[in-house]
Amino acid sequence: MSSVVIPYRVKPHPLTGVTSGKLGIWLFLASEVMLFGALFSSYVLLRVGSLPEHWPSGVEAGLSVPIGTFNTLVLIASSVTMVMSWASLKMGNLGAFKRYFGGTIGLGLVFLVVKGFEYGAKFSHGIFPAVGWPEVSDPSTFNALYFTLTGLHGVHVLLGILVNLWLLLFGVAIWKTEPEWFTGRIEIAGLYWHFVDLVWIFLFPTLYLL
Amino acid sequence: MSEAHAEPGFWRKYVFATDHKTIGIQYGLTALTFLFFGFSLMMLMRWQLAYPGEAIPILGGLLRDSWVDQGAMLPDFYNQLGAMHGTIMVFMGIVPLAVGAFGNYVVPLQIGAPDMAFPRLNMMSYQAFFIGGLVMLSSFFLPGGAASSGWTSYAPLAVIATTGQTFWLVGMVFLIASSLLGAINFIVTIIHLRAEGMSFFRLPFFVWSQLVTAFLLLLAFPALNAAAVLQLMDRLAGTSFFLPSGLVVGGEQAAAAGGGSPLLWQHLFWFLAHPEVYVLILPGMGIVAEVIANNTRKPLWGYRTMVYSLLFLGFLSFGVWAHHMYLTGMGTTMSTFFQTTTMIISIPSVIILTCLLISLWGASIRFPVPMLFALAFLPMFGIGGLTGLPLGLALPDLHLHDTYYVIGHFHYIVAPGTIFAMFAGIYHWFPKITGRSMNATLGRIHFWPSLLFMNGIFMPMMFEGMAGVSRRLFDPTTYAHGEAVHGLTMLSSWSAWGLALAQIPFIINFFWSMRKKEKAEENPWQATTLEWATATPPPHGNFAEPPVVYCGPYEYSVPGAERDFCPQYVKQGV
Amino acid sequence: MALSESDAEHVREHVRVYVTVFVALAVLTLVTVGVSYLHLATTYAITVALVVATVKASLVAGYFMHLISEKKVIRWLLVLCAAFFAALMLLPVGTQTGSGPLWPL
Repeated sequence: MSSVVIPYRVKPHPLTGVTSGKLGIWLFLASEVMLFGALFSSYVLLRVGSLPEHWPSGVEAGLSVPIGTFNTLVLIASSVTMVMSWASLKMGNLGAFKRYFGGTIGLGLVFLVVKGFEYGAKFSHGIFPAVGWPEVSDPSTFNALYFTLTGLHGVHVLLGILVNLWLLLFGVAIWKTEPEWFTGRIEIAGLYWHFVDLVWIFLFPTLYLL
Repeated sequence: MSEAHAEPGFWRKYVFATDHKTIGIQYGLTALTFLFFGFSLMMLMRWQLAYPGEAIPILGGLLRDSWVDQGAMLPDFYNQLGAMHGTIMVFMGIVPLAVGAFGNYVVPLQIGAPDMAFPRLNMMSYQAFFIGGLVMLSSFFLPGGAASSGWTSYAPLAVIATTGQTFWLVGMVFLIASSLLGAINFIVTIIHLRAEGMSFFRLPFFVWSQLVTAFLLLLAFPALNAAAVLQLMDRLAGTSFFLPSGLVVGGEQAAAAGGGSPLLWQHLFWFLAHPEVYVLILPGMGIVAEVIANNTRKPLWGYRTMVYSLLFLGFLSFGVWAHHMYLTGMGTTMSTFFQTTTMIISIPSVIILTCLLISLWGASIRFPVPMLFALAFLPMFGIGGLTGLPLGLALPDLHLHDTYYVIGHFHYIVAPGTIFAMFAGIYHWFPKITGRSMNATLGRIHFWPSLLFMNGIFMPMMFEGMAGVSRRLFDPTTYAHGEAVHGLTMLSSWSAWGLALAQIPFIINFFWSMRKKEKAEENPWQATTLEWATATPPPHGNFAEPPVVYCGPYEYSVPGAERDFCPQYVKQGV
Repeated sequence: MALSESDAEHVREHVRVYVTVFVALAVLTLVTVGVSYLHLATTYAITVALVVATVKASLVAGYFMHLISEKKVIRWLLVLCAAFFAALMLLPVGTQTGSGPLWPL
């Protein structure tokens, strides 16, 4: 069944300049832009539809800007280590790749752990997706958006970490026989990871700062 | 290209297949089954509409107590049937058949590729579809029954509905995942895996239609995915994305946080659902174009114009969705915007239809069964499209919104439109897939009554709608205007049952022809496109050697040529 | 496997760019947080935050995701996506009457 050879798996196609896998991941990311776009659009509609005095700022809703800033820098750093790990492969340095790639996974885990603490702090104060911010009459919309948006983003981070872990532990075996193919896979994983960072770059100011 | 390997076992070959042809057949058989099931739900509904309050014959005694009262349908069951009929037909029937089945099977062959770009992703797409379908169907067995808030699942009703709605949302997430992965596969395949010489403007129109459809699925479906997540949060986590403050249910204040917007659901839903309706029609147009070119023995008139129209239509389809929401209180500026874009988007559809009509002019038309369905598509889609115009303008829509006129409009497009195109595709490509021809006499016995009954079902609805009969009514005769047109309702119902009977020759033909000993010729329709260049059924890897393309897809009746068709893959001396 | 010397040098150039971009991103993050402490009027606050975020996103997309050197097809795909994204962001809120900055429309 796997005897059929599909072209442009490793060599880029002349028209697009990329391999099929890379074109595929860009298409997937375009759909993810629309997914998070729909969620941001929901945020806009709900916020515009509410009275300004009823909409808390991030700080008023109990979010910690220092922690959010820290997490933002963590994710940006993980993007740097991600692209460095790809560059290491391009230079043929498997050891450097493993260090940088491990760093990406580690930083991603740091992000999730910090997020976990944030959620835990909110839960212990009785703040849940459905529970309001006291004193106002339509209180819960901000929290609903916060938990849903960061939750879905967090799921994307987790999935990225899992895929990266698999690549680091098992996928790397193919470096010996098909280095170009493996480098391409890391590049594709990198594109996904950068996108996750990109979403957070918009999420952070939207939820924490505005 | 293909190497000799040990034959894969049963599971690897038929269940966990990665070959696009096997996956196409899997999609086809599953989708046809779901289509038949969705149609059966409708036939039950038509009994209640024609004979309100009367016990359903035979089945009445077999259905659950929560569904029927001494054999007569209960209102909640009617709503379940309505919601699931729409959902199943759109998401589990037409799209998997048009895109998953026909697209998967035919596109790699027509572009000269060995398979899709991502065969394992293709397999996962089918599995996600299958799981989503099972989740949807299993909801009928829940204590509260299946989803019953319309295929549109509007908030706040859907948010407070029974568990069936949660199953609907989860099922949709699987179905959406299937379509998204499939869309990625189609786009990369069509861009990257075309054979040598297959430039974009030598692609068969069918492939173009699948390419645009894939983009619509890719970029529009995520909005419904997001909306489904939000509605699941509302239902399961107590949030109020869609529940407004002060919501009163059954005379009591709802225990909801409030602060949400029911309109938000509508925006997100229709952002998908409008491009979705183009997903429903474009592959059908593609199939009709192939069959018409083949049976007129002429190139398609205005092929390039049709392609540009497709691209324009696809782009515009993202900017018209609020024409489903004219009555929600938007201001005149936005209403004017959406009316304008909606009127403009009718133009490319008309262009495509006109080009197909002009293609018939001066042709030596043959009338095998696929051509009958393809020809019928033209006026039927014409009626469907034209009846959309008053709906696209806010003023007449005031009167027609949510009436039977809308149901008539869109069913004319999907039923004698798309489904006829699907039938044309089945009769046309059956010899390629199975190596046998379907029986032509049975095909005609299938066609003529189907055409008659399709009109018998949906034309009365236009008049019912103009008379003011609302859609989704359990018993229209409760109202005087509904009572007045009850004769039309009965006509629709009897036509629906007649349509069901008319499918019997097709079902017999379909299964019986597969087992015939007599094989069809290699290229029984003397067609020019690449899928006919390979063996029947095509082997794993499709082509013994990568094909080379020398000319356009519809080189029929070329002056000076030996035969009345020049296949794309044959170099012509002239 | 390993690239030729010129290719390796090429990648080392890129590494310098990555580090520069990282510094820029970190600085911009601190800028956007700093601006938030100024408590500007809502419209200005949103505009500044969005502009800064867009610049940061462009840096990530352009340099980490190599968009700046990709062929036109990839960029046109994203332009198409951006157009639909804009429609999804702007049109629903435009239909809200009686509230928000875009009323009356």
